[in-house]
Amino acid sequence: MQRTPLYDRLKEYPAKWVPFGGWEMPVEFGGILKEHRCVRQGAGLFDLSHMGELDVIGRDVDEAVAHVQRLVTNDIASLEPGAARYTAVCRPDGGILDDIIVYRSAKALTLVVNASNTSRMFEWFSVHAPVGVRIKDRTLETALIALQGPKAAEILRPLSSVDVDALRFYHFEEGLVGNVPCVVSRTGYTGEDGFELYTHESKAVELWDTLIAAGAPHGIAPIGLGARDTLRLEACYALYGNEIDEDHNPLEAGLGWVVKLQKGDFIGREALLEIKQRGLSRTLVGLTMEDRGVPRHGFELLHQDRPIGVVTSGTFSPTLEHAVALGYVEKEFKAPGTEVDVKIRNSAARAKVAKTPFYRGSVKH
Amino acid sequence: MYPDDLKYTEEHEWVRLDGDVATVGITHFAQDQLGDIVDVDLPEVGAQVACMKECGAIESVKTASDLFSPVTGQVTERNITLASRIDGQKNPDFHPELVNQDPYSGGWLFKVKLADVGEVGKLLDAAAYRKLVE
Repeated sequence: MQRTPLYDRLKEYPAKWVPFGGWEMPVEFGGILKEHRCVRQGAGLFDLSHMGELDVIGRDVDEAVAHVQRLVTNDIASLEPGAARYTAVCRPDGGILDDIIVYRSAKALTLVVNASNTSRMFEWFSVHAPVGVRIKDRTLETALIALQGPKAAEILRPLSSVDVDALRFYHFEEGLVGNVPCVVSRTGYTGEDGFELYTHESKAVELWDTLIAAGAPHGIAPIGLGARDTLRLEACYALYGNEIDEDHNPLEAGLGWVVKLQKGDFIGREALLEIKQRGLSRTLVGLTMEDRGVPRHGFELLHQDRPIGVVTSGTFSPTLEHAVALGYVEKEFKAPGTEVDVKIRNSAARAKVAKTPFYRGSVKH
Repeated sequence: MYPDDLKYTEEHEWVRLDGDVATVGITHFAQDQLGDIVDVDLPEVGAQVACMKECGAIESVKTASDLFSPVTGQVTERNITLASRIDGQKNPDFHPELVNQDPYSGGWLFKVKLADVGEVGKLLDAAAYRKLVE
């Protein structure tokens, strides 16, 4: 089990720990509900150093861009330096290998990948690389701390050499936070405004302590993976291994907006084109519960006792104070308002297809 | 954490005996493992429950846990403040967090008129339960 550079610092809090993607990570610091509300109302701090960072190194950055462009569904050729883009990486049959963020600076191209997929992405991008392009795994030398919440900009502004007010969503800039050199990225996975700060692992504790101290007047608190999951679920962001995996394609997963079939050839394009022409047989929808009970990953969805789909993620929504879920349904059940049942402990509980996201936070798209 | 005057089960429930009526709840250890509790599905008043038979469920933010009755008998009362709905209607006085905050008092679950009071004697005492969880 691997430990992040913040392991010793986070062990000072009374937290519960779980194995996650090969890493030992805190799942809660004193209560998911409290942590969730802390991020929705003020700001929270997340250690995400388990996530993978892969540099794509070519003879120049254009060569790296050309390589990645052939392996991702979104169009990254149009990324200007200082911009980032969310995308899927697919197999030839359209199955999703990972969902990643591509960061382009003037000289470098970096992929941020899911912890559980880091070695697989390293291999995928290495095996397909043309001569002259190689992948460098910087995961272990890189710390990632996310500062998320409506107060995030207020906390970061006086600390950073980066003009946080000029930094747009999905853009990034190198600069100092306190005395720590960072890449400051306006991205996140909570539905709130916020930043993801990348730094060298040797500086992780200093960066953490700086943010905790500066955020104290704003009620900042450390947030575990439990609240990270409830936050992303309210915002309807896909989680690899739940909504998306090799058995699902980005079109049915609601990620059609990151599939650019007109950009030129890429792995999975032909299959996705065919799937699009044929039409989707199932699609990911949001569900809210009408009856009691909380739908969970893997629970069956029914219509008049006939199986019509499956729940991919479900939780009690701390903001809405009722249960919500994401799941795949046969296409005729996808319209908001459609009534379906969730099989919870052998009885059918009524749910309704809902508009997504369930909650819109302070994030500025 | 584990009051001496209660009996315990290996499924992390406690029982308080008063005459032939047993009050049932979950232990501090159980509530801590479950995390924030958001709903409790309790047996109906009048229902027959049997030792180690499923009689409800506890939902926390992160997981669901079946509720097993630690004793056999008829349910005489239930802690309705823990249930999100009563007879299909929203419960206006809904406080599931009591199970986390006060598991041995305000967070009790239900009461059972025992078929056999001797059944409680077979449960773990506080010392034996502490050994199990500590």
